[in-house]
Amino acid sequence: MRRELCSVAGSEQLGPYTLLRVARGSLDPGEPGQFFMLEAPGRVLPRPMSVCLAPAGELGFLIDPVGPGTRALCALEAGDELHVLGPLGNGFDLAVERPLLVGGGIGIAPLPYLSRRLGGPPAILGFRSDWHAEAAALLPGAEVCIEPAYVTALLPDEPHDVLACGPEPMLAALRALVPEAQLAWEAPMACGYGACYGCAVEIEGELRRLCVEGPVLAARKELVAVSN
Amino acid sequence: MLLNASGCLDALTAPEVARSLDAFVTKTITPEPRGGNPPVRIAETEAGMLNAIGLANPGRERFLAETLPRLRGLAVPVWVSVGGFSAAEYAETCAALDGVAAIELNLSCPNVDEAPESAAAIVAACRAATTLPLYAKLSPAAWDIAEGARAVEAAGADGLSLVNTLRGLALDARTLRPTLARGTGGYSGPALKPVALAAVYACAEAVELPIVGMGGVRTGLDALELLAAGASAVALGTILFSDPSAPERIRSELAAEAAARGHSDPLEARGLAHSSLQMGVSHLGNGVQKVPGNGRKVTA
Repeated sequence: MRRELCSVAGSEQLGPYTLLRVARGSLDPGEPGQFFMLEAPGRVLPRPMSVCLAPAGELGFLIDPVGPGTRALCALEAGDELHVLGPLGNGFDLAVERPLLVGGGIGIAPLPYLSRRLGGPPAILGFRSDWHAEAAALLPGAEVCIEPAYVTALLPDEPHDVLACGPEPMLAALRALVPEAQLAWEAPMACGYGACYGCAVEIEGELRRLCVEGPVLAARKELVAVSN
Repeated sequence: MLLNASGCLDALTAPEVARSLDAFVTKTITPEPRGGNPPVRIAETEAGMLNAIGLANPGRERFLAETLPRLRGLAVPVWVSVGGFSAAEYAETCAALDGVAAIELNLSCPNVDEAPESAAAIVAACRAATTLPLYAKLSPAAWDIAEGARAVEAAGADGLSLVNTLRGLALDARTLRPTLARGTGGYSGPALKPVALAAVYACAEAVELPIVGMGGVRTGLDALELLAAGASAVALGTILFSDPSAPERIRSELAAEAAARGHSDPLEARGLAHSSLQMGVSHLGNGVQKVPGNGRKVTA
């Protein structure tokens, strides 16, 4: 992991979300599903964000302004500077034969980078509203459903290697249908590198740190106690 | 003279951060393994953060068999933070420890039930169980922390770690229910700095013991202030969560802040906040290391 002061290259609105693009300097973009800790202006703790896009020289993060930290990040403008630490955690295993990407809401964040690395496999995205679904523009060609329709109804009959990120009920439903799916989870974390023990989740009967063991976990691992 | 605060760094997942410190302090070890409190376990607040981790640790046996040998391989002096739910539990762990730089007795975790005995009684039991340097980590919530410091000094403590977190509560803005699953948590970060300064200042007046100061340190000037209040070493906590390169930065800032005030060594600023100076020994490193001074309280 490295920590660098990066400057904001720009930001774009996609429905309620902001795609924040920063000049990556000498930071390694890491593997899809890995994340960075972004310094949130005026806040005590940084915020974990998975890599959404990694074009040459940049890192893109899709951010949902749900609290003071994410709102401060969404308010950043081109030329502003912030510290960026990473890449952190374990990403998706890319050695899959028939990838199918599944995302829900802000959980689509790691999928555009994953899609590019896998050569544009099929994708199914679910959103709360048409407004939220504007973020589907990041994954051209994806099948999109809006609540009350759910992504699980769009899963094809033939077997696929599912790689997914989204709200917990969606991941739980996917796990039931596709036991071997790779799922990216989320938990509140202070540090992102194993120091704070804040992001504990129950994996195979033990409380483990999601930032160290995850955030991408094979579905067969019992993950019980994720909250929020 | 820079350490991490217990529970704010895992040297095995971030060895390069541990190596940037003068000693690594472990997360608190209890006799039995503990998973810790259920999530949510952390919450950011306006001027700090709350944690209710709940002393998650592998337990004494696994720590001694698996963790400690790996920590020794890092070539950083190791302080072991010891916890328990009775004086006997603390003492048993102290007796089992060998070949570490120091033991810090966590006498003040706000996130678990406390042992029934007083801090001084726990220190006395541990003193009888080990010859290793014993640091007592005290809570800043006591009305008169100097009284607690005198009691643990009399019981045989070799030093003080000041301060642990303060109990705090955060409410979810939407539901108005506690954010943390346990309800309350330990409050740390920038808001704790004046509390830490006051505790170090009071204890430095009251006892002869060396003090590791901690609480809200973000800059070299923060560290220098703790030295001036009477600490002979400084530990970093919450800042490590946002900046794992903080030790290096704070070390160079501290040297520059001290130099700007005419001190070639930051420790020369130790006790300057007092009208009387007090010096002692430091247990940093692998053994007992003298810090400047004659071990006596001197009236300036």
